[in-house]
Amino acid sequence: MINGISINFYLLLSTVLFIIGAVGVMARRNSIIIFMCIELMLNAVNLLLVSFSTLHNDAAGQVFVFFIMAVAAAEVAVGLAILSMIYRNVKTIDTDVLSNLKN
Amino acid sequence: MLGYTITQWLFGILSFLAIMFALMVVFSRNPVNSVLYLVLTFFCIAGHYLLMNAQFLAIVHIVVYAGAIMVLFLFVIMLMNLNEEGEPQRSWMTKLIAGVAGGMLLFVLVGTLKGTEQLGLATYGSSQIGTVKNLGMVLFRDFLFPFEIASVLLLAAMVGAIMIGKKEIK
Repeated sequence: MINGISINFYLLLSTVLFIIGAVGVMARRNSIIIFMCIELMLNAVNLLLVSFSTLHNDAAGQVFVFFIMAVAAAEVAVGLAILSMIYRNVKTIDTDVLSNLKN
Repeated sequence: MLGYTITQWLFGILSFLAIMFALMVVFSRNPVNSVLYLVLTFFCIAGHYLLMNAQFLAIVHIVVYAGAIMVLFLFVIMLMNLNEEGEPQRSWMTKLIAGVAGGMLLFVLVGTLKGTEQLGLATYGSSQIGTVKNLGMVLFRDFLFPFEIASVLLLAAMVGAIMIGKKEIK
């Protein structure tokens, strides 16, 4: 229990958030929305790490979340730079149009 | 209140709001609305961190995600002038398949988690590990080297983003 809340509820919440992110990645065509859904999945995992760190009274989990946030910030900076470069050259960020690797 | 503590009420409300806003991120047609709903989702997750007494992470989460990353997203979306009319949509068949795949993943994961009834048995009081003082001690004593590596990573990402985003590389 974390302050009267069973860890199972946190497991369920993280699972649901992760799956919403996964469905978003599968169902949308806009690259930026797909990127945001990946952020949502990362956050679901972060929430789970924090809840287990609180359950086991171990600060290492929260430090991992801190590092995940740093890596996510770096990832977003590079990813959005790549996306804006793609938009400048191709004039779209539709994932169905950006299929040059298929041929 | 109906046999629930205030913490449990807060947990329920925050979870409901987080899931609703996350769904709105996926289903709203305008990318700008998606970004704003994602910011609200992040605020709900920060509220969850506060409920677990992880104050440092709650603040860092708001500052880094809602303050920095989502503003970056908004800038890029406004730079590309994306709006509802030009938004590409998948066919309803693909959406249906995505929904079914997600539902089956949820089914499998929930089925797996059902066997973990014993996990929540141990009771801990309000923990103090999430305070700035305690996390700082752990971060700068046990995780000093990864911390320095993270700073190098951020520097590399900054240089890389500027190099990629430049108009032309001589």
